[in-house]
Amino acid sequence: MSIVKAVTCPVCGSLCDDIELTVENNEVVKVKNGCAMCESKYLGYKSEHRIRTPLVRKDGKFVPVSMDEAVHKAAEILANANYPILYGWSSTNCEAQRVGVELAEEVGGVLDNTAVVCHGPSILSVQEVGIPTCTLGQIRHRADLMLYWGCDPWSAHPRHLERYTSFTEGRFEDSAWKAYLQKVKAAAGKKKLVSAERLEFVKSRPRPQTQACTISGPPQTLKKDGRKLIVIDVRKSMTAEMADYFIQVEPNKDYEVMQAIRALVRDHELDVDKVGGIPVEYLEEVADALVNCNFGVIFFGMGLTQSAGKFRNIDVAISLIRDLNRRTKFAIMPMRGHFNVAGANIVSTWQSGYPYGVDFSLGYPRYNPGETTCMDVLLRGESDASLVIAADPGATFPKRAVEHMVKTPLIVIDPHMNATAMLADIVFPSAFVGIEVGGTAYRMDNVPLPLKKVVEPPAGILPDEEILKRILEEVRIIKAQKMAKQAEAA
Amino acid sequence: MVQPKLRVTLLTGRTIEQGVGKEQGKSSHGYFEACSMVYMDAEDMKKLGVRNNTNVLVTTPNGSVVLKAVKYTRGSTPGLIYIPYGPWANAIVSDSTTSIGMPSFKGTPAEVEAAPDKPVLSMKELFKSQFGR
Ligand code: SF4
Repeated sequence: MSIVKAVTCPVCGSLCDDIELTVENNEVVKVKNGCAMCESKYLGYKSEHRIRTPLVRKDGKFVPVSMDEAVHKAAEILANANYPILYGWSSTNCEAQRVGVELAEEVGGVLDNTAVVCHGPSILSVQEVGIPTCTLGQIRHRADLMLYWGCDPWSAHPRHLERYTSFTEGRFEDSAWKAYLQKVKAAAGKKKLVSAERLEFVKSRPRPQTQACTISGPPQTLKKDGRKLIVIDVRKSMTAEMADYFIQVEPNKDYEVMQAIRALVRDHELDVDKVGGIPVEYLEEVADALVNCNFGVIFFGMGLTQSAGKFRNIDVAISLIRDLNRRTKFAIMPMRGHFNVAGANIVSTWQSGYPYGVDFSLGYPRYNPGETTCMDVLLRGESDASLVIAADPGATFPKRAVEHMVKTPLIVIDPHMNATAMLADIVFPSAFVGIEVGGTAYRMDNVPLPLKKVVEPPAGILPDEEILKRILEEVRIIKAQKMAKQAEAA
Repeated sequence: MVQPKLRVTLLTGRTIEQGVGKEQGKSSHGYFEACSMVYMDAEDMKKLGVRNNTNVLVTTPNGSVVLKAVKYTRGSTPGLIYIPYGPWANAIVSDSTTSIGMPSFKGTPAEVEAAPDKPVLSMKELFKSQFGR
């Protein structure tokens, strides 16, 4: 039995690097410090859902084949395709992503990562207006106001609050955890909640019965000392329940609400009573809190990027930060989902010049979201083959996009039999990055962190990087043979 | 008798159960339970005569899907329904990308009606009906 310390969790963009794993007989048997998702991954990686051998679909059924056969078949599909899609990349390491760019260029395909259904719109507006941001370390030690807009870290990034923001002990700012517990105790009346300590918080977080402001009016909590937590969302999420102040905005109205806050921050008067379903007094409270903090941060998620306005919502959020920086200090950060989607953007940019939706079909990289992302290509029904790795569009893309993907040959590389693999023609089992393979991943604040290899992969199962290298090599051989044949014929 | 229908706004998004389920494996029971459901407002459920944990049919211009309706207990969300990300939500979300490559996963108009006798399809059954695989 051995204990491996300071392991980086390969699940969400928080990339917590304080996980402690107990390894016995080449198996992870215990997880310390992780959240529910982290535990689920470390204890479930060896489950029955694991793919054990390469598979090829024959007469509608999967049959096991050798690695060489699968590599040859996949390479043939890619080498002969006119406009293949190479999608995913966000749950693997930067080393594999780098080979992916090379492969996309070699086959003249569309290279795209999960940002297209996630923070693609954020990237678009960052390219237009820039982004005043910082690292999570700075936030941890200095930020005294957090505003989570259109995101629910409790559900999607469970340890974000505890490690980086409100409930962490910073050098210059204290954790708001005690104050929060007091609130919970007050709300729970005589019920004993003394045992609700940090660990308990991770597992079954107690919740105070706060009311949405639209029901009970602005609370006094924004006047308290110390770190403040504000949540703006369309529904009262788990995170909203922990907040000092929660504002419920009508769906698709974030843009208006944010513009209204901008106006208030600039000391303009609003001549309406409500914006996006929120009484203006409440927005004034928020604007006051924002202006009066020392260092504030806005975190935003899919609530902004997937609602009406999409990248315009991010434009105005960043503009709000610019306005706020005239009065105090503010930063903004997207809540990245997959543990290495930030890395996928970075590797793609460093290699091709563009972060996602890169089209190599003309022999050089082109980037025009709305035209060149895999979503556009799929919905137009133009691609003639797909390679999916380290993502699951079968479970994350709208039906019509998946429909086209399934009509053309589909190659999947993944450790688990996921939704896309179930629909695939060729399936490669791969080793779990961050468990069975090491490498580099980028946290949501674009800080690179090392991933650890803690156990050996099952016999015969290769890392993503190795599988891609073999396919690339085979593609080159097939292309060379084709050229030789053509030359002969001529 | 005409089935009462309710016009709502459809949101899709993350839940912790979906997050845990996806890490267990997409074909796990946990993932099925976490994603083949829809959170509804208690009042809205009353209007439709839908009890907690019974099935409803959700329809958008993009399709329809049967899901288990679950009461949202964390505050009121009249006129809103919330389906965790997954193949069931994707069967009905809007694929309009407004020319920037991002489908409209949140804020699509939808209709809900009670469907106590219709079954919730497993992922395999759903794929079979959608893609023939
Ligand atoms: S918050 Fe994210 S990175 Fe941290 S332990 Fe949980 S899943 Fe892993």
